Amino acid sequence: MRESTLWFWHIIAGAVIFVFLGLHMFIMHLESILGFLGLGYGGDVTSAQSVFMRSQQGFYMVTYIVLLGAALYHGLYGFRNILFELSLSRTLEKIINWFFALGGLALFIYGTYVTVFIFFNPTAV
Amino acid sequence: MSETSAPEVQSSDLKVIKNVTFEILRYSPEKDEAPRAQKFQVPVIKGMTVLDGLLWIKENLDASLAYRSSCRMGVCGSCGMFINGLPRLACNNQIVHLNADTITIKPLPNYNIIRDLVPDLEGFFDKHESIQPYMIREQVEELNNPTGEFFQSPDELVDYIQFAYCIKCGLCLSACPTVATDDNFIGPQALAQAYRYNVDSRDEGAKEREEELYSSHGVWRCHFAGACSDVCPKGVDPAFAIQLLKQNMFMQKLHVHKQKPATHVIPWVAEHIPNEKIPKAPERTVK
Amino acid sequence: MKVEVKHRKNKLGIVGWIGGGRFGAERYAYALHRLTGLGILAYFLLHIFVTGSRIGGRQSWESAMANFKTPLFKFGEFLVFLAFAYHALNGLRLIITELGFMLGKAQRPVFPYVTSVHRQRPLFIGLMIVAAIIIIFGGADFYFI
Ligand code: HEM
Ligand code: HEM
Ligand code: HEM
Ligand code: SF4
Ligand code: FES
Repeated sequence: MRESTLWFWHIIAGAVIFVFLGLHMFIMHLESILGFLGLGYGGDVTSAQSVFMRSQQGFYMVTYIVLLGAALYHGLYGFRNILFELSLSRTLEKIINWFFALGGLALFIYGTYVTVFIFFNPTAV
Repeated sequence: MSETSAPEVQSSDLKVIKNVTFEILRYSPEKDEAPRAQKFQVPVIKGMTVLDGLLWIKENLDASLAYRSSCRMGVCGSCGMFINGLPRLACNNQIVHLNADTITIKPLPNYNIIRDLVPDLEGFFDKHESIQPYMIREQVEELNNPTGEFFQSPDELVDYIQFAYCIKCGLCLSACPTVATDDNFIGPQALAQAYRYNVDSRDEGAKEREEELYSSHGVWRCHFAGACSDVCPKGVDPAFAIQLLKQNMFMQKLHVHKQKPATHVIPWVAEHIPNEKIPKAPERTVK
Repeated sequence: MKVEVKHRKNKLGIVGWIGGGRFGAERYAYALHRLTGLGILAYFLLHIFVTGSRIGGRQSWESAMANFKTPLFKFGEFLVFLAFAYHALNGLRLIITELGFMLGKAQRPVFPYVTSVHRQRPLFIGLMIVAAIIIIFGGADFYFI
């Protein structure tokens, strides 16, 4: 039963990432098309100016936190599945579960802290 | 009385069309450290199957060649082998249709080799057993001492009949990427059989099979590579059954899954009333 | 009585994930989905730390980005984009099919058998064309505009 619940969220997360990472990739890699449509910022998307402009918008902050959580869960659960298909012992499987769960949580806290901190401290940067 | 005679064998049917090389992976546990390939020249006549070729080799060239076969017509599931790049039934594939001058035959991958082309299917049958591939009813008494038959409509039959065609040949597990590494994975054949019983309108065992099916080595280890359905010689389409099992669980999670109640018992008709239009069967000749 | 026999192991192992037979395209799509999933995950884990450098302000961000301005990294980033385009569109197909949709209905098996894998193939081909179009636009954006 537990496995079904985990897989359920893997699929839901996949659908969420589809929307949010689609957006992220569109902004990062198809910016010239956005430019044609009159939505671009102009200039280099990874320049400090462009990055910090986004960082101070609530929309991007929320988007990034959702994407961060969904991608971490989806990617780490997917990787765990691949490892589970290697005929490991039950003990090793348990260790992997804990390692991925705690590691994922730590990364989520770190990434959320970064986005939230910058959003609320525009002067610090 | 009409006369029936066997169709005459034309001498052209027995003509050797071409010669092909059979390259067979041999392994005998007493002698060999590792499997080795051995070549045989086989004359091919019209309609000859790969299994016929093996029989010919055993009769004429090397009596020690080991393989399994029984029905030689694709119903018993004994003769599964890895033939020219795919797991196939030797009896179900004509040599000329393979369109090659060399027929490479290996034992089915993902099973231990007992000898030459004979795979060890024991674990495979254990997996099949583990999903309780039989009718489960709450009315145990009715199952053991039936007072009638469980009703089933022709439409309800179509829901599962394709999955019931499985002949346990094991080709699907040979094609499956997950089986290649995961010893604990239940595998396409057994999962398809679980679905076959779960959707059967007479069965009530879905709950009992749940724990095994949806465990961390059950349906979720399938990634719809689809190879099992590609190679299945009976059109069972095990990948389809597995995705439908996933669908059932997903709907259950969304609380929109409808489990129909199992069908009722229709009592046997006490007296058989014959149809006038159907002529009577002749008297039995053996008493 | 059970006779002890020396059986020879014949599991394909990880090689079996990649293929090794004349299987349908979906079998290879699965291998690529796995590879791209792992590739994006590796990139993403690094990405969290690299983009985390924005917390140190403009200077810190610019010095972090300076490391990645080489053609090799640009190409690597393009690979991530390719992987994303494929994984996303193929993933969409898997979400649909693994939930049992667009696979047709159970039927009497009549030779030549038509399976669910055949029935979902138009969806597969359609989404791969979309992925190709996205890759072409992305490539143009990367290298020509
Ligand atoms: C290869 C192309 C990519 C580029 C050029 C890129 C660029 C960036 C940049 C510049 C930022 C900083 C925030 C901003 O500028 O608005 C960022 C943040 C982020 N990116 Fe990407 N990205 C790429 C791919 C990805 C992928 C594949 C994922 C998901 C798996 C992803 C997930 C994220 C997340 C979650 C954040 C927020 C990080 C945080 O919370 O600190 N990115 N990306
Ligand atoms: C763009 C949207 C995405 C969609 C629609 C998507 C969809 C999917 C689906 C449906 C699966 C399950 C496939 C299966 O059963 O084998 C999957 C697996 C996986 N995904 Fe994604 N995914 C997306 C993005 C990502 C990202 C950003 C990552 C990395 C952080 C990722 C990493 C993985 C991994 C590692 C697997 C396991 C692969 C396997 O078991 O073979 N995916 N994805
Ligand atoms: C000593 C004589 C015979 C022996 C040892 C013998 C043995 C067998 C065996 C072992 C089978 C397979 C049973 C199974 O599938 O479960 C079989 C099937 C059959 N036998 Fe015989 N048989 C003999 C005589 C005959 C004769 C005289 C006839 C016809 C007049 C006959 C007609 C059949 C038929 C039609 C089947 C197929 C039954 C089916 O498919 O279920 N057999 N026999
Ligand atoms: S599902 Fe098909 S391939 Fe698999 S064991 Fe049954 S008949 Fe053979
Ligand atoms: S010999 Fe029976 S299936 Fe081939």
